[in-house]
Amino acid sequence: MKHITRKATRHVNQNEGLIFEKSSAGKAAWKLPPLDVPEIDTTKLLGASERKDLGSMPEVSEIEIIRHFTRLSTWNYAIDLGMYPLGSCTMKYNPRVNEAVARVEGIANGHPYQPEKISQGALRIMKTLSEALIEITGMDAITLQPAAGAHGEMTGLLMVRAYHQAQGNARKKILIPDSAHGTNPATAAMVNYAVEHLKSDARGTVDIAALQAQMNEDVAALMLTNPNTLGVFEQDIHKIAEILHAKGGLLYMDGANMNALVGKARPGDFGVDVMHLNLHKTFSTPHGGGGPGSGPVAIKKALEPFLPTPVVTTKSDGTLAFDYNRPQSVGRVRAFYGNFGMFVRALAYIQANGPDGLRQTTEDAVLNANYIRKGLEGVYDLPYSTPTMHEVVFSDKVQAKKGVRTMDIAKRLIDYGFHPYTTAFPLIVPGALMIEPTESESKEEMDLFIEAMKSIAEEVEEDPQTVLDAPHSTRVSRLDETAAARKPVLRWKPSA
Amino acid sequence: MRYLPKSPADREAMLKAIGLRSVDELFAPIPAKYRLNRDLNIPRQMAESEIVDFFRQRSRENGDGYTSFLGAGAYFHYRPVVIDSLISRGEFLTAYTPYQAEISQGTLQSIFEFQTMICELTGMEVANASMYDGSTAAAEAVMMAVRLTGRRSVVVARSLHPEYREVLATYATHQGMPLAIAGFADDGRLNLKELEQTITPQTACVLVQSPNFFGTIEDVNAIADLAHKHGAMLVVSIAEAVSLGIVEPPRPADVIAMEAQSFGVPLGFGGPYCGVIATREKYVRQMPGRLVGQTTDKQGKRGFVLTLATREQHIRREKATSNICTNQALVALMVNIFMTVYGKVGLKELAKQNLAKTAYAAAQFAKHGKVMFGGTPRFNEFVVQTSEDPYAINSRLLGHKMVGGLPLKKFYPELGNAALWCCTELTTRSAIDTAVGLVAESERSVRSAKEEVEEVAR
Repeated sequence: MKHITRKATRHVNQNEGLIFEKSSAGKAAWKLPPLDVPEIDTTKLLGASERKDLGSMPEVSEIEIIRHFTRLSTWNYAIDLGMYPLGSCTMKYNPRVNEAVARVEGIANGHPYQPEKISQGALRIMKTLSEALIEITGMDAITLQPAAGAHGEMTGLLMVRAYHQAQGNARKKILIPDSAHGTNPATAAMVNYAVEHLKSDARGTVDIAALQAQMNEDVAALMLTNPNTLGVFEQDIHKIAEILHAKGGLLYMDGANMNALVGKARPGDFGVDVMHLNLHKTFSTPHGGGGPGSGPVAIKKALEPFLPTPVVTTKSDGTLAFDYNRPQSVGRVRAFYGNFGMFVRALAYIQANGPDGLRQTTEDAVLNANYIRKGLEGVYDLPYSTPTMHEVVFSDKVQAKKGVRTMDIAKRLIDYGFHPYTTAFPLIVPGALMIEPTESESKEEMDLFIEAMKSIAEEVEEDPQTVLDAPHSTRVSRLDETAAARKPVLRWKPSA
Repeated sequence: MRYLPKSPADREAMLKAIGLRSVDELFAPIPAKYRLNRDLNIPRQMAESEIVDFFRQRSRENGDGYTSFLGAGAYFHYRPVVIDSLISRGEFLTAYTPYQAEISQGTLQSIFEFQTMICELTGMEVANASMYDGSTAAAEAVMMAVRLTGRRSVVVARSLHPEYREVLATYATHQGMPLAIAGFADDGRLNLKELEQTITPQTACVLVQSPNFFGTIEDVNAIADLAHKHGAMLVVSIAEAVSLGIVEPPRPADVIAMEAQSFGVPLGFGGPYCGVIATREKYVRQMPGRLVGQTTDKQGKRGFVLTLATREQHIRREKATSNICTNQALVALMVNIFMTVYGKVGLKELAKQNLAKTAYAAAQFAKHGKVMFGGTPRFNEFVVQTSEDPYAINSRLLGHKMVGGLPLKKFYPELGNAALWCCTELTTRSAIDTAVGLVAESERSVRSAKEEVEEVAR
């Protein structure tokens, strides 16, 4: 490797097979207490329903389990190791106090059906978080029930549909900009709305003329991400809202990019009627390798009757309770009350920040994205010169001339000790490099990132093959995804 | 702010590098009238010690220290300590979805092992990487059956968790999926006659839970025969995963929608939990959610990747099998570690203890009150019918720092004063004896009050 990386050094990591390959009869990592009730005859109790065999479930000892998962863990990149600039994913620091308070006995072990009298702590957490999120978004009411962003989108559109239905016409379609997340159209389909695409203008924002032309009484809502997936604030947001509202439509905001706005602007103030938040993005709950998330949906007053059941209310004696008697509700979207453990973490995050901390957080997130933009402008093609908020999108236009595409650059970035940015999204930018540093990165870390990106750009000119063959420093090289999909091997099987 | 790694000088230097004078200029794209020029009206910044105090206080208001007999889709089992040690490793906790396989092999291999163990336990051929929870997994499994059969209507067992039924109803409303309910018979299991009458040539699937909401084990073979005879699929929901250690899995099912919370996931007031869908290999392309597959790298070394992504929203958009994106990965890792700790022998022994405690408790209750559906095999839940309103009994139990069984009248008014009780390996004999004693006292006092009235009448 000609270019050296200042951020990372290769080091030995342990090999480890599948847990099944370590298993052998008689090993155990468990011990049950002695039974304090009479032994039972399982065959007599269960008859034909009795299970005789658990197949090839593993038998291993505790130290092997610790080593197994610890070794596996060392094969992962993580925020705890360094910058994770995945655009649209808001990979920010996950504070450890969040984890500590989520594990306090009465919070971790509360049963969802325990009497309300002894659930006041959990209800208070839900109420306090709800109030904070309502204030942050500038909306009027909220449900915490949805389990993730896409689930929140579904809940939001169910409320949109119920709202229109109550006016006598559920309407037929949802407008979705061509820069939108894939979940938006997929969600519209789940709620049985047709999807109509809306093209972006030269600035990468909603084409107002197109919106005007496409808006009519068949349109239930526009699903808008703001700032959009280019990291650009929709400057004509008030016009967009007016156009929708004039024809009785609603403005849905995908809150995936709320990290650009908290404490600086409130969607409720600029005409949004319904929006979801991603607590696992903006409010620091851990992504955990893909979840859990939490996707609260905040709404304006007019949609309140349609909130999923139950809703937390205050009784006349000041205690909190669940209200199930909501005849116009869209129903339940999940059993119990949502991903409660994430509410605890998000509230702890809000408390740790306060109003000043949240504002500073947003300012730093936007500052960081602009710093990277400045650092890489001219090195990578910037397809839209519109001002950047919390993330910046470049393209591989320059590097593509050498046959190097965004995914190749991303893979090379791994060798430099960074997690790649988001590749090939949004779809309106061919060969996109979507970079969201978040507020969690220091100037030093970003300088290293900029340096790495510049170094890769040089490599593309001098020695493109090095980039095309990357990564070179990982335990596995590029994996054969085509073979994986053509003949799927989705589980381990004992060798015959 | 302690999470932010910048000094005022850093910020100055960065602004200067960008060519700006103040941070306000960064927010110029937001029209001035929409910029918030005041503090958010939320609690002030708190010290870590204050945050911990706040939540300790909430914990004390939240049933801390109570012994509970609640189950009903959320179960209190022992969580081996290694689970939290391992999932707290930053490399698991703070990683994103493993899209970049080369630096996500840890997450990917662990999901592959998870999928394998779920298959092994459910008797299915493929399992996905997780769904939000058992209720949404059941709804998505039903939608999968609708796509696979090209039929639209669904028969749902009334003995399915009532909140799962509500969730399915929400999902089904706008997809033109009519739902029909099949009731339960006197033995607490699905009424097969009613089922047969409810299935039509338009039935895409029959959805049942086993062990069902009352804890009784359904006759899955008979239900499968009926469903399959009419060209419908069978979807089985499993809410109590520990049952799989001793109860034969619903092998004739076409799709299994599971809630794996029992496997090492804290009760957490209802979430986050871990849904899973498992099915036959031939149906995999209609399965929602992420899947991990085995493959090789350029040197022929084994590795794992997310696969069959063409089913998913980020590729197929409005034509995807589901809109699901974020799942429950970290919770699935808890489940994975739990399954690994107990393994082939431990899961069976654990399930046996649940069975033994429940058999003991049901027998004790039967001495003083009526245990419903007694002749049917059950796992770790049972229904007790009392003379007195179970809410009244429960408020007396609360005085003893005990939470009694879940009164069922909210969900099943026809069951009167019935309550659903649950015992796990953590339920002690002395707790059972105390609860039984209190219920027996209630029965005696109702009886003697009745006798008194009768005596007066005489």
